[in-house]
Amino acid sequence: MSATVRVSTHLHSYTGGESTVEAEGSTLAELMADLDRRFPGLRFRVIDEQDHIRPHINVFVRRALVRDLKSPISPGDDVLILGALSGG
Amino acid sequence: MPTRAKKPARAARKPAPGKTPARRSPARPRRTTIEIFVATIKGAFVLKGDGARRSWSVGNPYFLGSETNHLVRDPRDRKTLLLAARTGHLGPTVFRSLDGGNAWQEARLPPAFPKAPEGQTGPVVQRTFFLTSGHASQPGVWWAGTVPHALFRSEDGGATWEHVSQFSRYVAGLKEQKPANIGETPGGAITHSILIDPRNPSHVYVSLSTGGFFETTDAGRNWRPINGGSSADFLPEKFPEYGQDPHCVVMSPANPDRIYQQNHCGVYRLDRPGVQWDRIGRNLPSAVGDIGFPIVAHPRKQDVLWVFPMDGTSVWPRTSPEGKPAVFCSRNGGASWTRQAKGFPQSNGWFTVFRQAMKSDWQDPVGLYLGTTAGEVWASRDEGGSWELIASHLPRILSIEVADKARS
Repeated sequence: MSATVRVSTHLHSYTGGESTVEAEGSTLAELMADLDRRFPGLRFRVIDEQDHIRPHINVFVRRALVRDLKSPISPGDDVLILGALSGG
Repeated sequence: MPTRAKKPARAARKPAPGKTPARRSPARPRRTTIEIFVATIKGAFVLKGDGARRSWSVGNPYFLGSETNHLVRDPRDRKTLLLAARTGHLGPTVFRSLDGGNAWQEARLPPAFPKAPEGQTGPVVQRTFFLTSGHASQPGVWWAGTVPHALFRSEDGGATWEHVSQFSRYVAGLKEQKPANIGETPGGAITHSILIDPRNPSHVYVSLSTGGFFETTDAGRNWRPINGGSSADFLPEKFPEYGQDPHCVVMSPANPDRIYQQNHCGVYRLDRPGVQWDRIGRNLPSAVGDIGFPIVAHPRKQDVLWVFPMDGTSVWPRTSPEGKPAVFCSRNGGASWTRQAKGFPQSNGWFTVFRQAMKSDWQDPVGLYLGTTAGEVWASRDEGGSWELIASHLPRILSIEVADKARS
């Protein structure tokens, strides 16, 4: 069973305009890898080459802010990937 | 009269990955000869000029909202475009168009450092700052300079990028020896002015802000600094082996052994194989000084160049001295300079022009173009003799490139 991932408008050019997509994985790292398979290029825009979530991207799992790619994902989880507060 | 940018096209409902919303074709003047690629902090724009360089149109933005540092057309095929972009939220990447800007694809492997071993911290590319096509004999080769200091190279037209690790190791060694001499500007530790010797693809120059001017003759494996005679007033040692802050360095298209540099601390000329820079900016009027960001070399005459001085006194406003914008031209390799201000505001013109935002075309007489941080593009059809505003109300301009059918 997959997680439901909601992405902000910043990423709609990758998701074909969709704000809600499905992805699979037992950790956030696996989920992001699956998202990148489905939507090539998306992962690097939100996760840097050292596997850190970029500073102005916020990821919420079950409404809790997470910064660690090892964070567990459970089937049916609601995951939010949001661009936040990057200036004028 | 300045040409206003048209309103952006309405966003497509489902834009494809890496693409901007659908764009309307701008009204194009007949016989487009010159295209000016204007990269701004909110997207990239193309200005199209007619054969007389009198009529200009401004196209709709590419990647509206993205910080676009550099938009470059490949002079080898005259249609491939590479664009360095990021947004406040999303990481840096490179977009490619193989058809002159109609369709864009994102690089499959954008410039990025290798992942550090577990438990160690590694660098992160913050932005690709500088792009240049490779040597004419190496189609598909591109070079990129990033923030933080690093070089990347592509052999497939910008689709995938490889870290030039030897350069990073070299710079890390320099920093270990003298930590203050490899530093950051407010915009980060910038890698720029990647110059390819047209006689030898393995001979490349690179500049670091801050760090200085460096050369490789074996395609990037080994490096050496060439900074003799250029000063670093912000360091205890005024003339260090390295540590200077070159703002913009250009190779004369007429003579690849003639190098001009606009530095944080002056305007310089270097004649290879010499290794000693000559501060030709000392010949500028002392009331103007020789501080600035861009520098432009004439496409056919090695002794002709232009600078755009800015105020480097007191707290360094970095605006046109006394609010009177002017280009200065030398026709004798920097021995003397002529002020060129016709058409610019005569007062209250507080222009700032960034290091990559002034370029020439290849016409005769040469056209010059500069973009300001206030979103204006100014042009001269007569080698700086007179200037006119050809576009305004654009976002802050980070760089300008000129594509010219006359380029040989």
